[in-house]
Amino acid sequence: MQIISQIAFLAAFIVAISFFIRNVRRLYRNIKLGKAIDRTDRPKERLSNMIRVALGQSKMVKRPVAGILHILVYVGFIIINIEMLEIVIDGIFGTHRVFSFLGGTYNFLIGAFEILALLVIVSIITFWIRRNVVKIKRFWSSEMKGWPKNDANYILYFEVALMTCFLLMNAADYQLQLNGAEHYASQEGIIGGFPVSQFLLPLIDGLGNSALIVIERTTWWLHIIGILIFLNYLYYSKHLHILLAFPNTYYAKLTPKGELTNLEAVTNEVKLMMDPNADPFASPEAGAADEEPEKFGASDVTDLNWVQLLNAYTCTECGRCTSECPANQTGKKLSPRKIMMDTRDRLEEVGEQLNKKQPIAEGKQLLDDYITREELWACTTCSACVEACPIGIDPLSIIIEMRRYLVMEESAAPNELNVSMSNIENNGAPWPYNQMDRLNWAKEN
Amino acid sequence: MAEVLKVPTMAEYMVEGKQPEVLFWVGCAGSFDDRAKKITKAFVKILSKANVEFAVLGTEESCTGDPAKRSGNEFLFQMQAVTNIEVLNAYEVKKIVTACPHCFNTIKNEYPGLGGNYEVVHHTQFLKDLLEEGRLRVEGGKFKGKRITFHDPCYLGRANNEYEAPRDLLRKLEVELIEMRKCKSQGLCCGAGGGQMFKEPEKGNKDVNVLRTEQALETNPELIAAGCPFCNTMMTDGVKSKEKEAEIEVKDVAEMIAEAEDL
Ligand code: SF4
Ligand code: SF4
Repeated sequence: MQIISQIAFLAAFIVAISFFIRNVRRLYRNIKLGKAIDRTDRPKERLSNMIRVALGQSKMVKRPVAGILHILVYVGFIIINIEMLEIVIDGIFGTHRVFSFLGGTYNFLIGAFEILALLVIVSIITFWIRRNVVKIKRFWSSEMKGWPKNDANYILYFEVALMTCFLLMNAADYQLQLNGAEHYASQEGIIGGFPVSQFLLPLIDGLGNSALIVIERTTWWLHIIGILIFLNYLYYSKHLHILLAFPNTYYAKLTPKGELTNLEAVTNEVKLMMDPNADPFASPEAGAADEEPEKFGASDVTDLNWVQLLNAYTCTECGRCTSECPANQTGKKLSPRKIMMDTRDRLEEVGEQLNKKQPIAEGKQLLDDYITREELWACTTCSACVEACPIGIDPLSIIIEMRRYLVMEESAAPNELNVSMSNIENNGAPWPYNQMDRLNWAKEN
Repeated sequence: MAEVLKVPTMAEYMVEGKQPEVLFWVGCAGSFDDRAKKITKAFVKILSKANVEFAVLGTEESCTGDPAKRSGNEFLFQMQAVTNIEVLNAYEVKKIVTACPHCFNTIKNEYPGLGGNYEVVHHTQFLKDLLEEGRLRVEGGKFKGKRITFHDPCYLGRANNEYEAPRDLLRKLEVELIEMRKCKSQGLCCGAGGGQMFKEPEKGNKDVNVLRTEQALETNPELIAAGCPFCNTMMTDGVKSKEKEAEIEVKDVAEMIAEAEDL
């Protein structure tokens, strides 16, 4: 019996890990579809950014209630997963609480895990209430219908179930130890601390050892299988951020928020145009002829850079960006969160085609099929979204990249903008004033 | 106030074989917009009063390209940038001050990559330095004790992390500075950035400047202070839409200093 359970465990473990590895490889492949961008500069600053923002969650607490609860769940989750190590070893070798040789420290740790588990449950219930009863606005925008809304709730249910299993398992284990059951009880007395699960004992009061073992084993299995499923659920969920928040904050933009990139391809052409010695009819350099002309801006995910694609996979759909967005607050269609979600959805669609070994189909793209022009033109480039994001995502850079495509590839700016741009071109100001009148103010009273 | 402002140009300095201490980049709004021209003049008066040797480019100045860049027209932006950089480098300009946060951001952050490297400061930073160096003295004057709220320009604040310079100046004026619910890094945009100044807004249920004005009005101010010609226009329009223009003024921090000093 014991050996069957060990084999079953090992099989489940291997299947889960293989799936996980497959997902990670897909993720990596999809992100690599993005264009190159160098984010290896200033490694110290990047590291400290990652430690502060991802590990230290410094930006989460800008909203104290959600921030502190999130830290509880986060810390609880990570720490309780240390216990996973023991569970895995016990599962493979059929041992019981293999780390118990740590003695008092072990008891303290298990006790601390239990208290954390309780705090996690309390936090999650609060999260659920905020989402579903209080209906905080940023969780109910139009892009949060269907899967995103369910995803958020599933995760909450999942976490409560995992924590409950953990506590019930401990309760049954504790009772078995009290009963002196074989395999559970130890000469050294009770192992583990049960500050929370001891209050669950009345629930299993009067059950015989065999029933207790069933409960202990079932919850043990549910807990471990739950975690393995969770691990594989991540790829399909906004919860991918628990892994990607780290690289994402590391590779986040370090330059001032107001600084947009200068397009190098444009610089080269502008130089040619401005250089009086350049011969516009000169034959292109050897080899240049078969190069495809560079496309300006982005109309699809493959035109974005890999950091922007990593951003899309990392987005937690928390909506902090959108709730600070001036366009969104005044009823415009633009929502920076939706920009990130659309980018991810489209990237997944492209990834699906690659999974099926199909070429990336023409006829569908990020622009128009996901993100509309109306959204793109509503942005004031205020960078409130970039500031608000707790994990260093930059929705503005995607908006700019898509505007570049609209203007430079399609000449499709709104008409009034075209008028002021031709003013800039002709007379050096967005209004139709003559450049020669630029100093007139000094003579007026 | 019939006296004519003395506004030397870089070309004039060049003729004399001299270099000014700083180039005042006036910007399109500061040159052409009637409201913004008042800010330009107020700033020039302060510069003269503090005996700062400054110059402008005058007719050699051209749009920095900010609205074009943020509208997606990178070509036009870089054409403007390269042209301006040529002029600036020819005059061997080292330091630039501007009263427009958009020009400030563009020249400071986006010109270096195209060959334009200068020390660039916003006029509130420059004025703060003048005060600290003792070249300019400001005391309360007519704004002392007034309830004033400051609207952070996105391109000075969030974009470049400067929240304190304008506030320091206001404190020097001994005003009662009341912060809006949304201020500093969380300040709401006035609605003008990213080319919005030059187009109709997309369909929505409110204009951004009206929402921002409502937030400002919550502080019950006697005056809304600004640090950007575009914010100034947007907030002025917002106050008008609330029919409060008789009670509440919108003024640039530089204008306030000039007025406090009776310039
Ligand atoms: S930068 Fe654009 S998308 Fe981001 S908050 Fe401002 S207006 Fe919204
Ligand atoms: S981009 Fe950042 S702030 Fe916006 S929803 Fe995603 S994680 Fe939240």
